[in-house]
Amino acid sequence: MNQYAALIPFFPLAGFVIIGLMNTKLPKNVAAILACGMLLISFCLSLGVFMNISGQSNEVQLAPWISVGSFSASFTFLLDPLSSIFLMIITGVGFLIHVYSVGYMHDDEKHNIFFAYLNLFVFFMLILVLASSYLLMFVGWEGVGLCSYLLIGFWFKNKSYNDAAKKAFVMNRIGDLGFLLGIILLFITFGSSDYHIIFPKAQGFMSGDGMITAITLLLFVGAIGKSAQIPLYTWLPDAMAGPTPVSALIHAATMVTAGIYMVARSGILYALAPVSMFVVALIGVVTAVFAASIALTQNDIKKVLAYSTVSQLGYMFLGLGVGAFSASVFHVMTHAFFKALLFLGAGSVIHGLAGEQDIRNMGGLRKKLPITFLTFLVATFAIAGIPPFSGFFSKDEILAHAFTSNKLFWVLGVIGSMMTAFYMFRLLFLTFYGTYRGNEHKVHAHESPKVMTIPLIILAILSTIGGFVGVPESLGGSSQISHFLDPVFKPAQDKMMLLEGSSSVSEVALMGITVAVVLASILLAWYLYISRKRVPAAEGARLPALQNLSYHKYYIDEIYTALITKPLDKLSEFFKNIVDNKLIDGIVNLSGKATEAVSDLMRFVQTGNVDFYLLAMVIGIACILFFKLM
Amino acid sequence: METIALLLILFAFAVMGLFVPIRYGNRFAFISSLIVFAYSLYLFLTFPISAEYQYVADYSWVQSLGIHFKVGIDGISILLVMLTTFLTPLIIFSVRKSEPRPRAFYSLILFMEMALIGVFVSMDGFLFYIFWEIALIPIYFICLLWGGKDRVKITLKFFIYTIAGSLFMLVALIYLYLHTPAQHSFDISALYAAGKSLDPHAQSILFWFFFLAFGIKMPVFPLHTWQPDTYTDAPTQGTMMLSGIMLKMGIYGLIRWMIPMLPQGLAQNAECMLWLAVAGIIYAGIIAFTQKDMKRLFAYSSIAHVGLIAAGIFAFNGQGLQGGIIQMLSHGINVVGLFFIIDIIQSRTGTRNIPSLGGIRLKAPYLATVFAIIMLGAIALPLTDGFPGEFLLISGVFKFNNIAGAVAGFTIIIGAVYMLRTYQNSMLGETSVETDNFTDLTMTEKTVLIPIVIMVILIGVWPNLFLKVSEPAIMKLLSGI
Amino acid sequence: MTDLKAIPLDWYILLSSILFCIGIMGVLFRRNAIIIFMSIELMLNAVNLLLVAFSAYHNDAAGQVFVFFTMAVAAAEIAVGLAILIVVYRNTKSTDIDVLNRLKG
Repeated sequence: MNQYAALIPFFPLAGFVIIGLMNTKLPKNVAAILACGMLLISFCLSLGVFMNISGQSNEVQLAPWISVGSFSASFTFLLDPLSSIFLMIITGVGFLIHVYSVGYMHDDEKHNIFFAYLNLFVFFMLILVLASSYLLMFVGWEGVGLCSYLLIGFWFKNKSYNDAAKKAFVMNRIGDLGFLLGIILLFITFGSSDYHIIFPKAQGFMSGDGMITAITLLLFVGAIGKSAQIPLYTWLPDAMAGPTPVSALIHAATMVTAGIYMVARSGILYALAPVSMFVVALIGVVTAVFAASIALTQNDIKKVLAYSTVSQLGYMFLGLGVGAFSASVFHVMTHAFFKALLFLGAGSVIHGLAGEQDIRNMGGLRKKLPITFLTFLVATFAIAGIPPFSGFFSKDEILAHAFTSNKLFWVLGVIGSMMTAFYMFRLLFLTFYGTYRGNEHKVHAHESPKVMTIPLIILAILSTIGGFVGVPESLGGSSQISHFLDPVFKPAQDKMMLLEGSSSVSEVALMGITVAVVLASILLAWYLYISRKRVPAAEGARLPALQNLSYHKYYIDEIYTALITKPLDKLSEFFKNIVDNKLIDGIVNLSGKATEAVSDLMRFVQTGNVDFYLLAMVIGIACILFFKLM
Repeated sequence: METIALLLILFAFAVMGLFVPIRYGNRFAFISSLIVFAYSLYLFLTFPISAEYQYVADYSWVQSLGIHFKVGIDGISILLVMLTTFLTPLIIFSVRKSEPRPRAFYSLILFMEMALIGVFVSMDGFLFYIFWEIALIPIYFICLLWGGKDRVKITLKFFIYTIAGSLFMLVALIYLYLHTPAQHSFDISALYAAGKSLDPHAQSILFWFFFLAFGIKMPVFPLHTWQPDTYTDAPTQGTMMLSGIMLKMGIYGLIRWMIPMLPQGLAQNAECMLWLAVAGIIYAGIIAFTQKDMKRLFAYSSIAHVGLIAAGIFAFNGQGLQGGIIQMLSHGINVVGLFFIIDIIQSRTGTRNIPSLGGIRLKAPYLATVFAIIMLGAIALPLTDGFPGEFLLISGVFKFNNIAGAVAGFTIIIGAVYMLRTYQNSMLGETSVETDNFTDLTMTEKTVLIPIVIMVILIGVWPNLFLKVSEPAIMKLLSGI
Repeated sequence: MTDLKAIPLDWYILLSSILFCIGIMGVLFRRNAIIIFMSIELMLNAVNLLLVAFSAYHNDAAGQVFVFFTMAVAAAEIAVGLAILIVVYRNTKSTDIDVLNRLKG
């Protein structure tokens, strides 16, 4: 099976090359079938790998890449439980989103190129998770960033979309620099960037080793950029400029979880660096609450989901930071299901309303888009963490671990899930309940075609039952997923020697508290938006201070512009006009000017008077003789 | 013998080019440069992977002064020779047919190609200096006769600037020559021995003398001020020759003539030089942020890229040097592509001013795609040609000095910012008045750009093809110190 | 040769020094180009005289060879100089060197 595994990423690559080169020469439906077909093949192969994995890890060597002296990197894939789970998520959810896109993008003039980009994205994402070394992971890492850039700016006529794309790329690049430096430090410390060399060697290091801490912090900078954490999160909400399937695939289900994958993959390193672990957990939980608080007041259906993604990613980092690696991966999986579903559902709404994204102009769509509504409802339950939907199990496992690690993290986590439940139900109520607030005559809301609703239904089923692979022992389950991942995380877990003190009773109690809090905030949302029929204020209306702050995203973008973008542009002008033109070139030109000035002086000697020349000559000779004889 | 054949063939073609009928001028030059490329490709493919010089030819030239006509090719030279012979046909083919005095133009380019190859294969200090200066002559006339409106002043500045630097090198070479044993010699190994035997203080001074020559040619901050003006004002082919190949002379000089000769000089000055280079990366990158003229923008970006190469070379370890070599190739390929794209845009719209462009991707998807790929190479995306080089360079610098490595790494952010800005403002968005009637690439333009795109990806995916060739020679250099 | 040596060497030196100084004075103080030429010739011949005298006293023919050389060069110089002068005269109708101040820097 493993030799075929190497082919998994190459089917999407082939799809990209064929569709990309043929482009408009290919009929639309051929391109669509080709793109989806490639993904389906990859999915089947991934399934095969997943079935055969059973704990061990295999490397598949393909070709050497860069080698200089002792330094070398190669194209080698690693198959182990962790990568196989990600393979399943990427190819599985990716395939569903491809199918959905067939309907969503059907009328777009750049239909074919869209599928080419999507296939390219999947290729790079697969490289990212299959890589057996950090350097090869970086290939996928940057590659998905490129695809994200291409797809956010897919409708490139619009300047703000292009700006969003550029912002995403640059913010990612900031993180990538950290990642790259981390890789270089790994090379210097371990002489390689291959996992199979680094991880065994790392076990010989002391916990809290300075070098390991530096490496893990640098790698985490990369994760901050890719997975949109504070302070580099602002690109993700803007990235919603891309077509909705892109938001679902790249900016919710797969690419943004690359940071979690990377930290989980480096579990052993992080386990040796308690400081880094604390930083990861802290940034994660703060982001979770911060982003959720912004999501409370947003009115764009996709923006709410975007902030929700940022917040959920924060939870995953919280999980990683408190040592719950498998719980985080579990949450990546469930999140992939329900968040992809939410985005696709939102896409279906947008599709049905001919491009409308503002929830103030929606309402009452329950009847008109029944399938979308039902699936959206399932996803909302899942993300809010209502048992037995999938999000409940994964999120609560993270929170339980947070509780044992640091009570404050747990409290913040619970506040975050309270907000999550509120903004999700606010979104649900405002979109699907009440009466339609848009222009009835202009827009005829309609349910999406089958090719779009079937993926929704499949994802809804997954969001419902997906959690059962990780039912904790305390609830009588067997936590299959964590056993499945055990071979990968065992060394890290051993290093950390977690205080596994929390008895199952308190774990159940914690769940009870969370669920109660969540239900309370759902009731609040119900009260506000169903009973009181409240609708968010129109643009420009005065809001109470806190709401205003949240609505304007705490003015973070404005602060970044004022503190970084503007000063850099000013600096650029200063360097060019003053330093370069005046100072450096001034000195260069000065040498020319000095020559001219000297020649100006010397020119008076050249009087043109032959008499004078003769006299000067005689005096000169006399002087020479005089000094010679002295 | 093969090396001399290469030089002689080119010289013959350059002279013949003056006499072919005007109609065939372009075709003749193109075909002759292709022949040279084919020949050098043959040399490359049959090149044995070894640290020693191959194809050495040694004739006594000025016997009384110990000057030899000694040329040879090793793993470093062959790559640069390949770069030169690969780019020259593309540069020649990229000429628009409306150029006045075409035969002289083509002959100068061929002549310059010969001089550049001469620089890369010389094994005698005096011969190296001769070729070094000969290379300046054709580019001087190319800029002077076919340049933009300020050409006289700018070309003069460029000429005096570079020749002033070269004179310092001449002084240093003669000083070393006088320190060779009794029967003085300019032979490279004799000069190596002479340089190493000097006391550290003298080495340090000579180091600065060489640095002035090479640093100006590259150019390294703060010796760069001739460059943006010259790049902007030179005809496109001149800019391509200057940035694509000629600046590699400076880097090659560092690797071959300066550092191995003066190891103590390096030991004393490496830190200082490296910081200069790193400062240049950031400085030029930040200036590139707000440039409106595309050519000037890429000129500054070139300073930034070269700064990184210089930093990696001053770090003087395996990664730094190998990264420098591979980055020389990819930088040459990228800038030639980028400057040609500017030429295409300018010939269609009459402007290089970025704010007045936009929406070209709507009209010319091929151009936009090619531009995107080359741009990705320039911002060092993995699997394009920029990545192996930048990664090796940054890690080389990082090994030498952690902080400098981290600062140098900022180039990947800064580069992304100005490149994406340029791309967005020229290719994306709505069309402007200037770009409304933009037509896509012609067959000729594709012929030039497609080989470049292929190389961008080839170097990115298979850098070992080139790294392996230069590795033994680099290791020998490293062990020589 | 003995006749020559009858006169002491000092006298030759004195004579040629006087001739040389007269030449210098002529060059410096006269305006007429022809006279300046003659003065230059006088200086050259003063040196020639000295060379011949030394040659005789040292019994070394090299000095006299040198004199021939000087005379040949002087002849050539005069030929060129006079030619220039004729051109100047044609243009300016004067041989006064103060007219030739066009080369002012």
